[in-house]
Amino acid sequence: MANLKVRVPPTAARGQIIEVFALAVHPMESGFRLDNVGKVIPRHIIETFTCTYAGKEVFRAKLHPAITANPYFAFHLVASESAELVFAWRDDKGTTGEERAFLTVT
Amino acid sequence: MGSATPDGRGLISRRRLLQASGAALTMLHVRPVFATPENLAAAIKRAFGSQRIQPGRVKIDIPQIAENGNVVPISINVESPMSVDDYVKRIHLFSEHNPLPDIVEFDLGPDNGKARVSTRIRLAKSQHVLVVAALNDDTLWSAQALIEVTVSGCG
Repeated sequence: MANLKVRVPPTAARGQIIEVFALAVHPMESGFRLDNVGKVIPRHIIETFTCTYAGKEVFRAKLHPAITANPYFAFHLVASESAELVFAWRDDKGTTGEERAFLTVT
Repeated sequence: MGSATPDGRGLISRRRLLQASGAALTMLHVRPVFATPENLAAAIKRAFGSQRIQPGRVKIDIPQIAENGNVVPISINVESPMSVDDYVKRIHLFSEHNPLPDIVEFDLGPDNGKARVSTRIRLAKSQHVLVVAALNDDTLWSAQALIEVTVSGCG
């Protein structure tokens, strides 16, 4: 799916702290905006964003309307083993986005 | 400043003004967290109960002037070894004047190695952003930053 883009270094030394980036493609409609006839545009936001590494959750964000459209997160991980990272989001309509990346630890 | 009165003295003497502004500055430093609007105070209470929040350990990187309140980049850095027995478990961002006081909440742990997170937020107008970090020993640390917003974001 193209609704989540991630950047993870392909390799890292064991114990190294790496920075990872994730960008979800989503309008993050705040529910406070009006359309051109003055009607409130209903809220439509991502509520949770998670990252798991080797099957363990290592990062979680709970989002509110004050996060911009196309939410962006950068955070860090300790490269402990060669494993898959799974990034995922879920919005208030139940729509989900997911992207995976493999980190090889040398 | 105050126009001079007929007897030649300012309405507010310079000494008084300096004393007053000095006091205001001191208040800002001593009470960084608790002089907050009601809904912000309520949101902090919802998130952390009535636990004491101390200033310190948290560093906020955010532009002082945000031309576009719809997209304001922010980085939070918490001083922590992020080891198994000493780590930041949560970072919570609060807004002073957005329609909703909560901005975002991050759950972290020792697997992160560094308690540093970056994202982009919306700010409805010029205001303070307050960041509270909860450590695994249940102490709370905080910092706040004042951001001048030129064009409102619809928070």
